[in-house]
Amino acid sequence: MIPSLLLIPAAAGVLAYFVRRAGPRRALLVLAAVAHAGMTVATWVVEPAPAWGGWLALDALGRLFLTITSALFLAAALYGVAYLREEGHGERKDVDEGFLFDNAPEATFTACLLLFLAAMTLVTVSQGFGLLWVAVEATTLASAPLIYFHRHHRSLEATWKYLLICSVGIALALLGNFFLAVAASDHGGTSVRLVLPDLIAGAGGLRIVWLKAAFLLFLVGYGTKMGLAPLHTWLPDAHSEAPSVVSALLSGALLNCALLGIVRVQQVCAAAGQAAFGQGLLVGFGLLSMAVAAVFILGQADYKRMLAYSSVEHMGILTLGIGLGGAGTFGGMLHAVNHSFTKAMMFLVAGNILTRYRSKSTDEVRGVLRVVPASGILWTIGLFAITGSPPFGPFLSEFTILKAALDQGRAGVAITYLILLAVIFVGMATAILGMAQGVPRDARMAARAREPLLRVVPAAALAAVVLLLGVYIPPVVRTALEDAARALG
Amino acid sequence: MSGWADTVLICIVLTSFVLLGSSRLGACIRVVALQGVLLGFLTLAGRQDASSLRAPILALVSTGLKGVVFPWLLFRALRDADVRREVEPFVGYSLSLLIGTAFLAGSLWLAGRLPLPNPTMSPLVVPVALFTMLVGLFLIVSRRKALTQVLGYLVLENAIYAFGVGLVEGTPMVVELGVLLDLFVAVFVMGIAVFHINREFDHIDADQLRTLRDWAG
Repeated sequence: MIPSLLLIPAAAGVLAYFVRRAGPRRALLVLAAVAHAGMTVATWVVEPAPAWGGWLALDALGRLFLTITSALFLAAALYGVAYLREEGHGERKDVDEGFLFDNAPEATFTACLLLFLAAMTLVTVSQGFGLLWVAVEATTLASAPLIYFHRHHRSLEATWKYLLICSVGIALALLGNFFLAVAASDHGGTSVRLVLPDLIAGAGGLRIVWLKAAFLLFLVGYGTKMGLAPLHTWLPDAHSEAPSVVSALLSGALLNCALLGIVRVQQVCAAAGQAAFGQGLLVGFGLLSMAVAAVFILGQADYKRMLAYSSVEHMGILTLGIGLGGAGTFGGMLHAVNHSFTKAMMFLVAGNILTRYRSKSTDEVRGVLRVVPASGILWTIGLFAITGSPPFGPFLSEFTILKAALDQGRAGVAITYLILLAVIFVGMATAILGMAQGVPRDARMAARAREPLLRVVPAAALAAVVLLLGVYIPPVVRTALEDAARALG
Repeated sequence: MSGWADTVLICIVLTSFVLLGSSRLGACIRVVALQGVLLGFLTLAGRQDASSLRAPILALVSTGLKGVVFPWLLFRALRDADVRREVEPFVGYSLSLLIGTAFLAGSLWLAGRLPLPNPTMSPLVVPVALFTMLVGLFLIVSRRKALTQVLGYLVLENAIYAFGVGLVEGTPMVVELGVLLDLFVAVFVMGIAVFHINREFDHIDADQLRTLRDWAG
């Protein structure tokens, strides 16, 4: 089952590159997404057997992240069909500077999208640390061409920064792998295999100094990819310049994959009795990310950049949750789920707004509720969900993390956390409510515009999931989250 | 075998110094290729079990990639870009060399304090790998052209690879080959990006890539 989860998107990706006609290619994209989602649902029913000598296996955490990735990809694929139909080809005018540009060939775009899914799936099923590294680097390489879909200088700049910063960051994680191998090597010559279950079982015999050094390198390496401040500099550029459907996947699915890398090594640290070492660092990085995001969200003039900084903030929140440990870890994992669905939904809606208004400026967009009502409603719902208002999912997870901080008597952390959340709420609410209400500046824009079903329904479905998670967490999800939290100590 | 390994490691240090001091892009590409070939020798020198085919295969693949394929890709990017063939550093060559010397001293000092559990190879591996890593990072931040940044990334990757060869045994070959495959695709994609940067901006200076930021000014 696991090999076919990997093979479906990979084979479809290669095939998509060679399909000449747009119609069949888009059908292939949706078909592969549906097949992948179907297989993912099946893994909840039938426990998939480990493959390849235990290197590939699906544990509770991996399955949770695989499900998020697969669900988001299905939504993005459906949305992508409508997007490519409207904006896939032909010369168009840049929204910021007014020059003409072309898009990358749609076949390349679709192929990279599917290979990106294959790489992310590999991240979630890897149990070996070396393989995990290979998979994370593969996600970078598959997604770089996606960011350069619009062929102009700004997206090229974003792509270059993304490629270079993430590659260098992930190179450090490779060094972390080697350090971990040194930590696991024995005096006698028999070493522990670098596979998660083996490492956890043999954690008592690991060399602590090297394990700690390895954790630091993993944190910096995968933290770069995850967008933890101060290593987040590529993130706002890539998210604002990529097509919205790609931004949704980058923010909702890719950041989680990088998080998984850090979580895996924290699992080993916890098993070796060194949980506290990592937790202190995670709390620090978490609060710093939230603070940096708060500064840049206030007065942000570009709404896609604002969403990108919001991703930095939420990566900070869930890092903080994992750093607090115990109930906080549960909250952090739950928050990973909530954030993914909410942020992907918001990026998809942002794409609709961008298509209609041809502007990324928060000041120029007015009256979204009037012009594109469905998108406007989802945009407003998204605001309240992402800033952690009840009754949406993020409220629950953010509250759990706050409670964990208070229960541990860490008032300083709790107060800083609340202040930062409040500041970010004000910053985002000002911008987003301003966009939703009022009347468009340009009178020609004021008429109600047509909204294709495929550009609204996927986002609405994601919003429904966020609402559902706020009022009711299905028992299977709760068990998976609790398993994940227990593994992290 | 340790004598061999030491010679190769010292050659790697020398190539790093040549990179810091050389002004021609073409020469830099050749030196990085040479460094890749040296790493292949290091893989052979470091093998424990003479009968297994693992080390020769890895050495062959990595030498082929780093010594032949990458230089070819990069030279093609350089030719297509048709740029001035100079490195144009932010930091001058003599200062770069001086900083390199400081890196070397620092690496030797740091390596002396890292307790190695079971030295499988030459004790020089750790300082040389650390030094080469620092040089790679320095090249990325101190050189203007996008192509030189790719070279810096390759040097960094070489250093980490040397570390792995020297210290770690028993990494499955599939993983090692996967790492090399990733590296290959990375250089391939970066080569394409360099080509586009050139077409878009008429040069490959990465310092022109500075439109995207939050506050203009």
